[in-house]
Amino acid sequence: MFLFDQEENREKIEEFIAFMDKNREMDGALLPVLQEAQNKFGYIPEEIVELISSHMQILTSTIYGVATFYSQFSFVPRGKYSISVCMGTACYVKGATDILEEFSKVLGIGLGETTPDRKFSIVETRCVGLCSDAPVVMINNQVYTHFKRADVDHILSILG
Amino acid sequence: MAQTLAEIKEMAWWELVKRLNETPDEYNIGHDSISLKGDYYQLQERIALRNIGIINPDSIEEYIATDGYFALQKALLMKPEEVVKVVKDSGLRGRGGAGFSAGRKWESAAKQQVEQKYVICNADEGDPGAYMDRSILEGDPHSVLEGMAICGYAIGANKGYIYVRAEYPKAVSSLINAIDQAQKLGVLGDNILDSGFDFHIELRLGAGAFVCGESTALMESIEGKRGMPRNKEFRTTERGLWGKPTVINNVETLANVAPIINKGADWFSAIGTPLSAGTKVFALVGKVNHPGLVEVPMGMSIYDIVYKIGGGIPDGKKAKAVQTGGPSGGCIPSKMWDTKVDFESLEEVGSIMGSGGMVVMDEKDCMVDIAKFFLEFSVDESCGKCTPCRIGNKRLLELLEKFTEGEADYTDINKLKNLSNVICTTSLCGLGQSSPNPVLSTLNYFYDEYKEHAEDKHCRSGVCKQLLRYEVNERCVGCTRCLQHCPVDCITGAIRERHYIDSEKCIRCGECFNNCPVDAITVY
Amino acid sequence: MRVTINEKEIHVEEGTTILEAAKLLNISIPTLCHLHLHDIKYLNKQASCRVCVVDVKGQDNLLPACATPCKEGMVISTDSFRAIQARRTIVELLLSDHPNSCLTCAMNLDCELQKLAGDLGIRKIHYMGETHDEPIDDNSYSIIRDPNKCILCKRCETMCTEIQTVGALTDIGRGFFTTVGPAFHRPMNETTCTFCGQCLAVCPTGALTEVNNIKKIWRAINADKYVIVQTAPAVRVALGEEFGLEPGTPVTGKMVTALRRVGFKQVYDTNFAADLTIMEEATEFVNRVKHDGKLPILTSCCPSWVNFIEQQFPDMLDIPSTCKSPHEMFGALTKSYLCEKMGLNQDQVVVVSVMPCVAKKYESHRQELQGEGGHRDVDFVITTRELAIMIKETGINFLDLPDSDFDNPMGESTGAGVIFGSSGGVIEATLRTAYHMMTGSELPDTLIEFHGLRGLDGIKTASVDIEGRTFNIAVAHGLGNARKLLEGIRDGTFEVDAIEIMACPGGCIGGAGQPYHHGNMEILEKRAQGIYAEDRNKEKRRSHQNVHVQKLYKEFLGTPGSKKAHDLLHTHYTPRPKL
Ligand SMILES: Cc1cc2nc3c(=O)[nH]c(=O)nc-3n(C[C@H](O)[C@H](O)[C@H](O)COP(=O)(O)O)c2cc1C
Ligand code: SF4
Ligand code: SF4
Ligand code: SF4
Ligand code: SF4
Ligand code: SF4
Ligand code: SF4
Ligand code: SF4
Ligand code: SF4
Ligand code: FES
Ligand code: FES
Ligand code: FES
Repeated sequence: MFLFDQEENREKIEEFIAFMDKNREMDGALLPVLQEAQNKFGYIPEEIVELISSHMQILTSTIYGVATFYSQFSFVPRGKYSISVCMGTACYVKGATDILEEFSKVLGIGLGETTPDRKFSIVETRCVGLCSDAPVVMINNQVYTHFKRADVDHILSILG
Repeated sequence: MAQTLAEIKEMAWWELVKRLNETPDEYNIGHDSISLKGDYYQLQERIALRNIGIINPDSIEEYIATDGYFALQKALLMKPEEVVKVVKDSGLRGRGGAGFSAGRKWESAAKQQVEQKYVICNADEGDPGAYMDRSILEGDPHSVLEGMAICGYAIGANKGYIYVRAEYPKAVSSLINAIDQAQKLGVLGDNILDSGFDFHIELRLGAGAFVCGESTALMESIEGKRGMPRNKEFRTTERGLWGKPTVINNVETLANVAPIINKGADWFSAIGTPLSAGTKVFALVGKVNHPGLVEVPMGMSIYDIVYKIGGGIPDGKKAKAVQTGGPSGGCIPSKMWDTKVDFESLEEVGSIMGSGGMVVMDEKDCMVDIAKFFLEFSVDESCGKCTPCRIGNKRLLELLEKFTEGEADYTDINKLKNLSNVICTTSLCGLGQSSPNPVLSTLNYFYDEYKEHAEDKHCRSGVCKQLLRYEVNERCVGCTRCLQHCPVDCITGAIRERHYIDSEKCIRCGECFNNCPVDAITVY
Repeated sequence: MRVTINEKEIHVEEGTTILEAAKLLNISIPTLCHLHLHDIKYLNKQASCRVCVVDVKGQDNLLPACATPCKEGMVISTDSFRAIQARRTIVELLLSDHPNSCLTCAMNLDCELQKLAGDLGIRKIHYMGETHDEPIDDNSYSIIRDPNKCILCKRCETMCTEIQTVGALTDIGRGFFTTVGPAFHRPMNETTCTFCGQCLAVCPTGALTEVNNIKKIWRAINADKYVIVQTAPAVRVALGEEFGLEPGTPVTGKMVTALRRVGFKQVYDTNFAADLTIMEEATEFVNRVKHDGKLPILTSCCPSWVNFIEQQFPDMLDIPSTCKSPHEMFGALTKSYLCEKMGLNQDQVVVVSVMPCVAKKYESHRQELQGEGGHRDVDFVITTRELAIMIKETGINFLDLPDSDFDNPMGESTGAGVIFGSSGGVIEATLRTAYHMMTGSELPDTLIEFHGLRGLDGIKTASVDIEGRTFNIAVAHGLGNARKLLEGIRDGTFEVDAIEIMACPGGCIGGAGQPYHHGNMEILEKRAQGIYAEDRNKEKRRSHQNVHVQKLYKEFLGTPGSKKAHDLLHTHYTPRPKL
């Protein structure tokens, strides 16, 4: 289990509360609020769910139900580098599976997992809209097009 | 407004021409029109993509330079029902998948006698392999805003939402900027162009659920709930977002609206085929020489798109099929590439237009594997609400896995068919209703490949690894490299002698093949 | 509107679903997720199982009968080959992700999925593959949740969220591995769940069931313990259903005989304790009225309701009566008064309650309800259904049993005690006695039935004049209605003096431990009639007329509200705010 350090995150929590206050009147505010939390904390700690619940008067069960529906939200922190291999059709027919396998092999983790040092996570993405440059890999917000299996080692060594 | 649209246009047009003239090779600049230069664009007819690659998306002036917001201005001087009529008469059909008449949808919403109505722009573009919406949002955001505002005026709505994928950060910032500019200029917001009509647009970000592209699921999502499709009891034009009449249209659909208002219904309906008016943007990707977005009049043949625009198949490989319509669509074998791309023709051959993904596949693509790929997608993206889709697709996928792993027998082909039919006919929403299409269409056109997988345990494209056989051929020089790399020690052979692979033990990892210096491993 | 179903024509009103129209024609269409309990305004309309699909002329797809409104001229066929095949495949699919362990399942022979598989003649599951493999939650004292048996109908969620407004359950995740359960996959006892059990009362499968205590009781009986049993008022009008009798048939006498045959040393009536509860509660009420104490007073005999107020209205814990629930009073008295009388040691005695309720299983473990030395007032609680199983297990021919009477001194009861089992009954009984306490005279027989407080309306109100003062009374059943009442009290829109709240729709007759009603709410109606008939047949219908209760006060407790009564019969509440 990862522990959420309230003290260390105090400032972020305050900003987050301000965000909730600002959007309190918005219809259907739960999703934007969860997105803010995911972006701010990198994941959605249980404590934050409770905070949203008491602040926005939404049941924790509802929040949990909504958050687990969308793949954007995660309840465990992801690695520093989130490696997403596009598995959209264009990338798939251009060999994305091989790339995914290679990352998996080199890092020793499966899809959706994080290395023990919390440096890398492999996440799956579907079509990032750059199909004509397939296959595509995204690491955090950096896009790599025409990616080749052989590029894996190189990229990891740069980040590593 | 301090300046009229015409005044802005006057100035901006010359600025734009001046800017484009810096790279004259790229543009054909006429006295009142600009288009992209080159063979690739020759056969295209760009309406939805009219401004892409030409104007600066961050500049509302450049949008106005190419007649932007003139359609809105024109519409505001018409009666709402006249606007509806033009759109209806134009024959514009939804570009998001189902191809429903946009005008009829608007008409239905316009008829509802309630205060609050909504317009939603569906920018959740989820079909893997399609990215036209992204391109429009990033390259010409105002065209969507204008379309929405016209729709709002026509149906009597003054609030619009754009539901856009969070994975498109650039599209999001482009939209934010565009909305801001449009409000400042008075073409969005209160009392638009002094007409008394108010229209506000709010952005909502998707959160990574393909099914939220389905209209009712999308509404649930905007409402802050789990994005699960609603049971189809009411039309969304009667009860949509928050139970209010709502028109939901796709990005590309909306981008077509302004030109239709500007140039008239007849102009638009003359393009394309009688039942499928206008153009369609396709994302031509996969095994094709010039992948990219192409916008062509409806009714062009697949062959022309792949060869004349896309430049054919790379590396001298043989074409096998195109897949259209994404996970809801089907595969059309190359021998049928004279098929026209319009709503009816595609449906006739067992595929659909969908959002316009067009993936070209060559002989190295295994059709069972492709069906499996799309099914994996549907299984991952099923919301889980209804039984046939939640469990049925999973079982369908497991059946396909039996084929690709060499464990299927001929009875499984029947099972595939029966289960597919039940899933199609009983699922609650479009996802489940169409998820077996890739299976059904490949079964239909590539039955032999299924049979080979099941009976001969053979994959002719060499994709299904579990069906591969590795053998050492006469080129072997006995270097022992393969032997050293084999993880299960199933290769034997003395140094400088031909090696041998025990096929029973081989786990088909491919290491021997990858490491042989002289290509002495045959895979088939 | 005119529609044709299986070649029969029928006129229906706009908004009628195909399922409802078919019902009018006596055509049955199988359903699974759909559940409509009109009387309590419960509607689970997910249209998600797709078991009810039918063929509609002109439609490519099959449509769910439960959620498709009829349209003029619709031609429907419920028995086309295509529809039947599809239904079968769908049930096969459900079974392909199911443990299929009917023989050892708590829902065996009561399960709607099992019945459906039988009705559709499923003989083989053609599609097999990966299945759910989730841990079973048996951490609470009341409810067992086996997500592997869940078919995702969401009946439980709808019940918990919309009717009970507790919201302990949600659907989690997406796609094949979706489950329905508490946030963060927490065990039920770490959530806001009140253990009312209404979720399991509507669950069509064995995914939600009660904690079964039968084995423990057999063990106690065979360990030569002095096992004493008491039965709640609502049990006697429902137990017969398990043996084929009409709902509402009172089987008190046979039940007592059966309990003796099963091996209980003594068989008592919780109704006696109900009369006692009335004495205590009416006293508390009268005292509050006299001394300008906090009003309204709230009844406190429903443990699920107590949970609810502790969690959701921690600021209002000064209004419920401090009375323990009747069976807990009984337990406390057994372990003091009765033990003393019979010369038994607390350790030798085991108190078992037969209740219509699953919350009482949890209640018996509440810290507050343990006597000296950590002895629980009540050792085990079993439900009406569990009792039926014990009787069947023993091989007793229930219907042929002779009647017999409860043991005494705690077996006698008045009509006031029995109506506890139905919504409105507790307050009605309280009024009968409070009137006497305030005026010294009796409410006339013609006035002791408060019909305005009976029935299945969510919130019922009445007023009574006692010595020139008008008392406003309200009754709520179902926690959603309770919430409305409490919020009304908090913001002053409800001005009432006494309130009865029961967590279960209909009160304890609709408790989650009763034989399953399978959606037929008439059953509750009939059980209520059975209860009110018992009351009417009693010679004594006011708690203070119970001779044994009077004797108990004289011999042991002193007066109602005395120190001793407080120590044994009253409890306290703790704020436990939860989200
Ligand atoms: C599973 C599913 C996903 C869909 N995804 C999208 C999408 O990403 N974008 C879109 O415009 N329409 C999508 N649609 C179609 C919409 O439901 C709807 O028909 C469309 O947005 C209406 O707009 P149009 O009439 O302009 O096409 C999807 C439908 C289904 C069933
Ligand atoms: S068909 Fe699939 S995506 Fe659509 S409602 Fe059913 S489970 Fe959800
Ligand atoms: S494919 Fe792998 S397992 Fe098979 S022989 Fe080659 S190295 Fe060994
Ligand atoms: S690696 Fe190639 S050449 Fe060397 S032993 Fe193996 S098959 Fe022969
Ligand atoms: S839930 Fe029903 S079908 Fe499942 S094992 Fe229990 S009785 Fe059988
Ligand atoms: S129904 Fe069949 S499986 Fe069940 S106990 Fe009887 S014989 Fe055995
Ligand atoms: S027992 Fe009652 S409160 Fe608990 S989950 Fe079930 S319905 Fe909700
Ligand atoms: S637990 Fe029972 S009631 Fe709840 S969704 Fe599952 S099967 Fe339905
Ligand atoms: S109403 Fe009765 S059966 Fe229901 S929880 Fe309360 S005490 Fe138990
Ligand atoms: S499929 Fe990979 S970017 Fe579209
Ligand atoms: S009963 Fe109709 S869909 Fe479940
Ligand atoms: S059974 Fe005792 S109060 Fe309901």
